Formats: sequence, structure tokens, C-alpha cells
Amino acid sequence: MIELENVGYSYGGGELLSDISLKLQSGSFHFLTGPSGAGKTTMLKLCYGALIPTAGHVRLFEADVRDLERDDVAMVRRRVGVVHQDCQFLDHLTVADNIALPLMVSGGDLLAESANLKELTNWVGLTNRANAYPPELSGGERQRAALARAVIMSPDVILADEPTGNVDWEMSQRLLRLLVELNRMGKTIMIATHDLALIRAAKAHVQARVLRISNRRLQLAGADL
Amino acid sequence: MSLNVSAISSLFSSDSQADKVVPPTGFTATLTLFSAAAMSFLAVFALALSLATGRLAERWGAELARTSTIRISAPEGQLLAQTEAALRVLETTKGVLSARALTAEEQQALLEPWFGPDLPLEALPIPQLIEVIEEGDGFDAEGLRLRLSAEAPGAVVDDHTRWCRPLVRAATRLRMLGLFSILLIGLATAAMITLAANAALAANTQVISVLRLVGARDSYISSAFERRFTLRALSGAAVGVGLGCLAVFLLPSAQATGGFLTGLGFQGWHWLWPAIIPPLTALVAFAATRTAARRTLGNMR
Repeated sequence: MIELENVGYSYGGGELLSDISLKLQSGSFHFLTGPSGAGKTTMLKLCYGALIPTAGHVRLFEADVRDLERDDVAMVRRRVGVVHQDCQFLDHLTVADNIALPLMVSGGDLLAESANLKELTNWVGLTNRANAYPPELSGGERQRAALARAVIMSPDVILADEPTGNVDWEMSQRLLRLLVELNRMGKTIMIATHDLALIRAAKAHVQARVLRISNRRLQLAGADL
Repeated sequence: MSLNVSAISSLFSSDSQADKVVPPTGFTATLTLFSAAAMSFLAVFALALSLATGRLAERWGAELARTSTIRISAPEGQLLAQTEAALRVLETTKGVLSARALTAEEQQALLEPWFGPDLPLEALPIPQLIEVIEEGDGFDAEGLRLRLSAEAPGAVVDDHTRWCRPLVRAATRLRMLGLFSILLIGLATAAMITLAANAALAANTQVISVLRLVGARDSYISSAFERRFTLRALSGAAVGVGLGCLAVFLLPSAQATGGFLTGLGFQGWHWLWPAIIPPLTALVAFAATRTAARRTLGNMR
């Protein structure tokens, strides 16, 4: 699905990631951890084609990211749902429209999908906030809306970058349950987080692989968690 | 950059979703409307100038070049005899279709604009004018002058081309100037719309980045901006052309004695020419916005 082979990434003369190899198998659940600035976000960006590696190969759905045309990158993004810490909403659209955005840009029939949209909005607990605008939402509501937007196209992979970074413990557990539920539906999940308590809590519900970026390299973590 | 028909026709198909995802672009909307309207207004005048000078050049070229005048200045007793001699010479001159002496009334009408209608023509030593209509390649002016100098020494041949050519050249250059002005107006419009589109794109970098993140193709993002700027330029140009045509229509009408300035305008089917300005402006806006959008998108992954 997503494969990184001896990947390195340098920027501004400095090497951020080095010799990273990883295969995200279908239906797997990964945590990516490490200190702030370790390169978690950079690695996630490599996984959805937002960055091109300076060394090694990144294969997205069996195509080398260097060979992808711009339209191909757009098609990959429809198969990979991304949840950012800052959510990245369009503030002039309502929550419902923001959730439906991937459908809109892919030329989907919003009318035909309205039942799914309502169900999804209900699933993330935002039915009564559907007509609100993003700046009116709390941190937890924003993250749930971002998750709903990430899954509306029923992607194969969901990448979440610090999804619980701006929410309290109770809300982070709620978000985690939603992600676990998606994984049980067969979705491949990778969550970048430095919240070890979240990882420990997740292990009670799902078999997750925990990876750590340390000194620019990827390591398998677990014993200390 | 390719401008295919489907891309242009898609501008007119309603895509409220694409329009919705790009937020209103504020001052750039007003800038595009105003510049398109102002430039189209100017383009109407440049077009009117070009067409009017074109007509003038054609008329002078066609009419004056085919006619000549022979002026006979002679003492009172010889004027009639020299006129008749000159007419006889003209009858046998190759390249002359017809020749006739102007009547006293016609000569008075020619002088009327300068001396008024009550001019006592018979009391003044006015030369006799002979109007000559040419045929084929015209006559040999030098040969005619030599023959006239023998038969009618007071005759002076004025073949019009002496003063007609510079006028026709000036009119032709004015016409080129009008066309060049239209080209400059088109380029200035493209520059202004490119600036406005760039400003709108820069203000919406975050929006474009989110759209790319959720899987929007470049064509989807680009078309939202293209449609907006093209339709604005089209409506602005329509207003500008409407006002320009009204202004041209309200100019004083052309009169025989009015000269060049009162002839500035459109005649007959030439009134249809300004109708091509709005679609041309829209085309320029479409190309300018597409170029700007593709350049901005090219800098994003």
C-alpha cells in the first residue's frame, strides 16, 4: 500500500530523515512517535506524496512517487485520508461543507451522498454543529470534523498527525475509539503522536505497531511502552 | 499553454461547487471589473478611430486619385478661348474619360464656405476650373502640361496626387496607430488581470493547499479562478463597450463640411465591430488567469 525503502530526506542542507524503510500493510495500525522536531510530520508527508524523498524510494499504491504526475498525486490523496493537528479547514465553508470537500473536488454527487454525509457527521458527533463554521468549533470538534473529512472518500489509509494534540484526555480517547473503529473496518491507520499515554491506552483495544524516530532513523519501539 | 474548446466551454457551465470552495476575492473582483470596463471603453474609441481613418484613406485614395483639376488663369478676354482650347486638348488625351468646365454656380458653391453666398463672382478675376475624370492608368501629367502650355498657356494641371498622397499616408498611419492602440489595450488588460489573478491566488494559498490535500486536481482549482475572472472581465467589458458605443453615438454626426473629427464613429455594419471586444477581453482574461493559476499551482505539491 505505502512503502518506504531506504528513504532519506534533507532540507536546507540538513538531513531530517535517513535510511527509513517501512511497509504499511492493509489493515495495519501504526503509531509513529518521537520527540518534537524528530521528523514525524515529514515522514507522514512522504507517505501521502506531499514531499519527494531526497534518497531512496517511496511507493504509493505500487507507484514510485517520483513517477507520479500532479493528477496522479491528486488521485493518491483520494485514497489517503489525512488529519492534521491544525485541521486545515476552509473557514468560509460550514462544517458540513468542509467534511464534504473531498467529495466536491472529486466531482461526487453531494445529493446522492447526503445520507452518508449525515451518517458520518452523526458518527463523529457533530450533527448539531453541521451548519457551524470552523472558527466556532472547539478543539475536539475540529479534530472530529477533520477525521470525518479524512474518511468521507472511504480511503484505504488514514494518516493522522498529532490528532489529539489540542484536546483533553476524554476527547483524545473518543478520537482514538473512532480511529480504532475505522481500523476494524479494514482501514490502515498511522498516527504520529508524542503522547505515550494515548499509545498505551490504544494497546488495550488494538494490535498496534509502535515506531519511533530517533536520530533521523526509524526504530521499532514497544518495550518501554 | 493550451486553450482548448472544452476548457473554454466549461467556463459557462454552472459549477457552483467549484465556485463555492474558492472564497470571494475582494478587491480583485472590483479591479478586474473596472479595468475590463475602462479598457473596453478605450478600445471602442481606438476601433472607431481606426475604422474612420480607414474610410478616409479609402475615400481619398479612390476618389481624389481618379480626378484632376485644370485651373485656367488668363486675362478676361482670353479665358473662354483658353478654356475651350484646353477642353479640346483633353478630349484627345489618353487616360482622360471626361472633362468639363465648372459652371459659375458650381465655382461659387466651392468658394461659399470662405466668402459666403453673396459673392459677386463675375466681379472678381476668378480662374476657370475644369474637372477631369481619369480612366485606366490615368493620363501622363507631364505630357499634358506640355501640350496645354502650347494651346492654353494659362492652364495649370493639378493632378491631386501631389497633396493627396501624404494625406492618404497620414490616414493609413492613423489607422495603424488605432490598431496598435487596440493591441496595447489588450496587453494592458492582460497585465492587469494577471496582477489581479496573482493577488487572488496569493490570498488563497491556504485554500489551494487544502484543496490539493483533499485530492483536487489542478484543473479543478484553476477552473474555479478562471471562471471567476473570465466572467468578471466579460461583464466589465460589456459595460465598457456599451458606454463606449453610447459615447461614439453621441458624437456630432459626420457632415460634408465637418472634416475628419465629425466622421469619427461607426457606419452601417461597422457598429457590430465593438461586439467582439467583450469575448476577446474574456479570452485574454481566461488565458491570463490560467497562466497565473498554473504557475502558482506548479509551486505546490
